[in-house]
Amino acid sequence: MQTARAWDTRYARGGNLPPLAGLPVAVKDVICTTDFPTTCGSRILDGWVPPYDAYVVTRLREAGAVIIGKTNMDEFAMGSSTENSAFGPTRNPWDVSRVPGGSSGGSAAAVAASLAPVALGTDTGGSIRQPAGFCGIVGLKPTYGRVSRYGLVAFASSLDQIGPMTKTAGDAALLLQVLAGRDVRDSTSADLPVPLYKEALNGGVRKLRIGIAAEAFGEGLQADVRDAVSTASRVLEKQGAELVDVSLPTISYALPTYYLIATSEASTNLARYDGVRYGLRAASTDLYSMYTKTRREGFGPEVKRRIMLGTYALSAGYYEGFFLKAQRARTLVRRDFLHAFERVDLILMPTSPTVPFGLGEKVEDPLQMYLADVYTIPVNLAGLPGISIPCGFADGLPIGLQLIGRPFDEPTVLRAAHAYEQATQWHVRRPPLDGATKPPATRSGTSSAGKPPGKPARRSAKQSRAKRSRAKPRRRS
Amino acid sequence: MTAKAMVEYEVVIGLEIHVQLMTVSKMFCACPTTFGVPPNTQVCPVCLGLPGSLPVLNARAVDLGLRTAAALECTAHPRSQFHRKNYYYPDLPKNYQITQYQYKVHPPLATDGGLAVSAGPSVTGEPPLRRRIRIRRVHLEEDTGRLVHVESGGQVLHSLVDFNRSGVPLMEIVTEPDLRSPLEARAFLARLRAVLQAIEVSTGRMEEGNLRVDANVSLRRPGQPLGTRTEVKNMNSLRSVERALVHEVARQRQVLEVGGSVEQQTRHWDERRGVTFASRMKEEAQDYRYFPEPDLVPIAVTAERVEQIRRTMPELPEARRQRYIAAYGLPEYDAELVTSSAPMAAFFEETVKLFPQPKTVSNWLGGDLTAYIKAEGKEIEDLPITPRHLADLLRMVEQGTISGRTAKEILPEMLASGARPDAIVGAKGLSQISDTEALERVVDEVIAEHAGPVADVRAGKTQALTFLVGQVMKKTRGRANPELANRLLRERLGFRG
Repeated sequence: MQTARAWDTRYARGGNLPPLAGLPVAVKDVICTTDFPTTCGSRILDGWVPPYDAYVVTRLREAGAVIIGKTNMDEFAMGSSTENSAFGPTRNPWDVSRVPGGSSGGSAAAVAASLAPVALGTDTGGSIRQPAGFCGIVGLKPTYGRVSRYGLVAFASSLDQIGPMTKTAGDAALLLQVLAGRDVRDSTSADLPVPLYKEALNGGVRKLRIGIAAEAFGEGLQADVRDAVSTASRVLEKQGAELVDVSLPTISYALPTYYLIATSEASTNLARYDGVRYGLRAASTDLYSMYTKTRREGFGPEVKRRIMLGTYALSAGYYEGFFLKAQRARTLVRRDFLHAFERVDLILMPTSPTVPFGLGEKVEDPLQMYLADVYTIPVNLAGLPGISIPCGFADGLPIGLQLIGRPFDEPTVLRAAHAYEQATQWHVRRPPLDGATKPPATRSGTSSAGKPPGKPARRSAKQSRAKRSRAKPRRRS
Repeated sequence: MTAKAMVEYEVVIGLEIHVQLMTVSKMFCACPTTFGVPPNTQVCPVCLGLPGSLPVLNARAVDLGLRTAAALECTAHPRSQFHRKNYYYPDLPKNYQITQYQYKVHPPLATDGGLAVSAGPSVTGEPPLRRRIRIRRVHLEEDTGRLVHVESGGQVLHSLVDFNRSGVPLMEIVTEPDLRSPLEARAFLARLRAVLQAIEVSTGRMEEGNLRVDANVSLRRPGQPLGTRTEVKNMNSLRSVERALVHEVARQRQVLEVGGSVEQQTRHWDERRGVTFASRMKEEAQDYRYFPEPDLVPIAVTAERVEQIRRTMPELPEARRQRYIAAYGLPEYDAELVTSSAPMAAFFEETVKLFPQPKTVSNWLGGDLTAYIKAEGKEIEDLPITPRHLADLLRMVEQGTISGRTAKEILPEMLASGARPDAIVGAKGLSQISDTEALERVVDEVIAEHAGPVADVRAGKTQALTFLVGQVMKKTRGRANPELANRLLRERLGFRG
């Protein structure tokens, strides 16, 4: 609040302001902040306050943004519904009996419900785009290497990316401008110039070749979603884009490939939570039982499942057959995309095969849950930029349109998304927040034991609502 | 029986050497590597493995690795990869170590080199065998932290971890199992250490842990496949490496000779008891689940970088040894001795500049001085004396101010205190009696006191003359110039021998 007030004062004096001066930003609780605990939605990190800010948080603060709180998430970003949080699920603002998607469900719900104007999410297999689609907002996963991962608590290092979750493509461009760039502390961050994203917004889609892969419209795709996405492609065509058929034959292998690579990396990334240095330490009499009890009590079932799967995939005798084979499959998926991009500028497909599902609906069936990411996962494997933007509703539930670009071609992705927004009104719809269906308290604010982070989030909601004339649902539709 | 059985086994030794690189900062973060500071004062999110932290490779460490690769005639790979070695231990903050695994598709920094060594004079008196020991690989990795166990009455109360060492750059050098005796293993290590010092990669100080050696030992009948090996650890000097290996070879031989089989295990060397023992912990086959470290990009090494490193390489011990033989006329063995470490070679060259008799200098360095160092468990660079001290001492002998014997006597004192030789000689009145008049009196006394031997000398017996010289030395407490005493006795007694 103090920081925000300071910016107000400076604004009143007419001083030069940095690009995000006073902008409240909600940050997914997997990104390190010195002024809030960073729990990753896990009991094992309950109450842990990092001694350092993540690179993106430093960049946001330097740009004048105010971190107003941390958002709930699936534990260690493992999940597609935000039900895997140790601190309880987040609900979808459009229908509180349904999930907001995940793992960045807290950030998506917070932006959709205008608790915060913008938020940071992270995306390993769709964790920005899928909840953005489920909550009717914009979510951009940048190219792998575009945004520094320093201070992002790792799930799968070769796939994780931080990105903006916003109400419009323009806001995403504004935020990405601040987040993107080379960081010497992340060896995998790209040493490439950062384009001016805002300037790239207004070119329109005339002559843009947009690829459509039949493989992404097959079995398992809900009819409403198929229709909405097809309609969206025709909207873009009407604006001058050329629709081109492309083939992505290997994306059907993406899901198993992803679940071998991501879990392998996760199994070692999460080895450090052992009770020795920080976080939860279970009472125990010897080292071995401290390790096992701490991890048994500290991790939830999905995290345990993935650690076991990854450990298995890396084990002697299985490494060649699982991990190495998955690496080769990953190369093929990337090759498929790059091959397609020789003929097209963008590839269009649904963000998710379905609209938001009900709370508890898929908790007992991990494989069904994994299918929620079938269209987003290939993009992470290929390291490409992808955006989800609202493209319609089915029974009052949002549908997401995914646009995928060439490596580091976020400008074209944002330009097409912006052009689509100009032609449609889906992105200005807001969920009904009249409290007609009183849910048990939505935990879209903080995850951690932290009452403190929760409160600022609520205050900011008022603040941001005051700024943008109170958003009413379906007002302009 | 034993003599026959003994020759039927061939000793096979391979070494894994961990070298602490002489870098200012750690392998993957900017923390300093200073030794001996208070616990956990040289740490940051990266070397503590805090959630969200990421490693960034120290370019200097790569350079030192490439220098080593060049000195050991290894092939540096254009793209090498880091791996995670996964295991749980409280001194390992991430519960994986970032290292390099030898995997065809992801090679370590450098592979396939060699280093030639002489195994020293053999027991049978044959000339030392000079062989090239193949180097399997040179790779980079990070060190772990250090556990401190707080004990009371023999019971561990609790353990503390110091992460100052966590992330300190290490280089691992792995040989092929080419070494055939404990002596050869020691000679190899001495040579390797000299190389690492010459190229300024490591201080090579084993007692400080800058050079750590694990040895894989097995026995086999010649021509047979390799036998089951044991890994011997915890040796903190060249001497203890040799001793531990001698013990382990004897132990395995005993096991085999009674028809037993060697168990594959890790054994620790107990310096005090002079034995190796198996660790009490039950050993399971560890699966480290190596896989490419996704937080680091491959190390790219261009041909230009390798060439640049080759061009700027300082003189290596082997080249130096050849030069000493050619330029100073040193015998092979002497040349090997004075190039045994970089500080030793530097000491030799400096001394020769001040006292240009290379053979005399190498005699002293390789003889009394080396003996002193070994006895004290020190290195030449620990000594409080400079090349000038030694040169002055040798000059005093040359000029007849003191005898060689006196010089040998005062050397340990110089080495202990750092005092100048003339100061010691002055303080103790040790300077040689070269004054003819002074010595004539003593000679006359000796002649008067030993009528028998005097008669023998007059009869032409050399032995009696030596006896009388000895008596002169005894009376002067060694300070007489022996040549002068000899001459005076001959003159007095009219001896011509």
